[in-house]
Amino acid sequence: MTKTVKLIAPLTDQDVLQLAIGDTVLVSGVIYTARDAAHKRLVDMLAKGEPLPMELAGQIMYYVGPSPARPGRVIGAAGPTTSYRMDSYAPTLIKLGLKAMIGKGKRAPEVIEAMKTYKAVYLGATGGAGALISQRIKTAEVIAFPELGPEAVHRLEVEDFPAIVINDCQGRDLYEQGVREYRRTVAR
Amino acid sequence: MRQIEVARVTQAVKAAAITANYEPGADLLAALARGAEAEESPSGKEIFRQLLENARLAKEERIPMCQDCGLAVVFAEVGQDVHLVGGDLDQAINEGIRQGYGEGYLRKSLCHPLTRANTGDNTPAVIHTEMVPGDRLKLTVVPKGGGSENMSRLFMLKPADGLAGIKEKVVLTVEEAGPNPCPPIIVGVGIGGNFERAALLAKKSLLRELGQANPDPEVAAIERQLLKEVNDLGIGPQGLGGRITAMAVHVLMQPCHIASLPVAVNIQCHASRHQEVVL
Repeated sequence: MTKTVKLIAPLTDQDVLQLAIGDTVLVSGVIYTARDAAHKRLVDMLAKGEPLPMELAGQIMYYVGPSPARPGRVIGAAGPTTSYRMDSYAPTLIKLGLKAMIGKGKRAPEVIEAMKTYKAVYLGATGGAGALISQRIKTAEVIAFPELGPEAVHRLEVEDFPAIVINDCQGRDLYEQGVREYRRTVAR
Repeated sequence: MRQIEVARVTQAVKAAAITANYEPGADLLAALARGAEAEESPSGKEIFRQLLENARLAKEERIPMCQDCGLAVVFAEVGQDVHLVGGDLDQAINEGIRQGYGEGYLRKSLCHPLTRANTGDNTPAVIHTEMVPGDRLKLTVVPKGGGSENMSRLFMLKPADGLAGIKEKVVLTVEEAGPNPCPPIIVGVGIGGNFERAALLAKKSLLRELGQANPDPEVAAIERQLLKEVNDLGIGPQGLGGRITAMAVHVLMQPCHIASLPVAVNIQCHASRHQEVVL
């Protein structure tokens, strides 16, 4: 049976260990945004031994490049981007204590393995529901790389941000399970 | 010769880019509503419900449907009895994109391919210009998301591969894409022509009203078979498992070289945006 869990970011090991694939989570608290260009910068900074713009331990990274906020609004549309493009960077960040990633789409085996080893989870938000998801974002502030435009790192305060557990700390994968249930053709 | 000021092109492209991103078409809304009814998986049904709510919010609250407001593809069908005056057509189109993405609070998603530096105004658009009979100018603005475009493929098959080979590649493309391109998707397929024409046919097929069959019964039959095979994969909305992986398969076909069988598969996410204007 799947369950609904309220999470307050930043997270502890206990927070993520209780989660199983298919669970719905409602995230509140502070999360950070980063996509392709920001991940490259972060990993380059680590390689040079420079301090990162945020503490990684316990954090949630949201793979998103929001559209611009209208005057008086917090943010524009803010749905997830496809996560596999961050796969080459993710294990490095997970090793340093990142506890969860929010995105959409499949992860590489080495990311799933890193989540198992270092106790982290991958959460799926609804791709293409950028207007709907933006309603759960209460504040947004660019904290690094403003020159990257939509790819800048934002600090977001979220309230009951909805997502589904796609990969848990046991190395399981909701996408594989879901497709098995509904597939009518023989797998190639 | 009928004269059209290119400044009108700029205005039309600007308005179309904004409308396309904020106002889902009636065909898309109808397809999402049908999906919410027909989908058997509970999580898939919930995704359709969210997408309908997202579409409502986008229009009413003026938030783009998707934060990926797309690379702007613009089809310009120029009547051969039209004389465009007051400037360059491509520049006028790009100016419309620049103004639309700026004033419309749309995300600028174009960058240098190597340095990845953002161009800052979502230009240049990818413009396809075609001469057609008549004295009108038809512009179709298609904001295309990167996630679904990345999952698109082109295959140069052998003639011996035939229809079975085409089906195998289309199904394989959708299967490998899995949850990545934001299913429920629309699958655009171009068969024939040559290397670049097959891709263009696949893209153009996506302009058709969602779910409307190809007028050629032979091609329409291929569309139906492909839709069934793609949905038998069980990927479902957002890849969580379900009956509706694709809401439609659109095919365009034309003759090709005796040595070739080009097939292009252009994946379109559920945020299918296209806005047409005739001047």
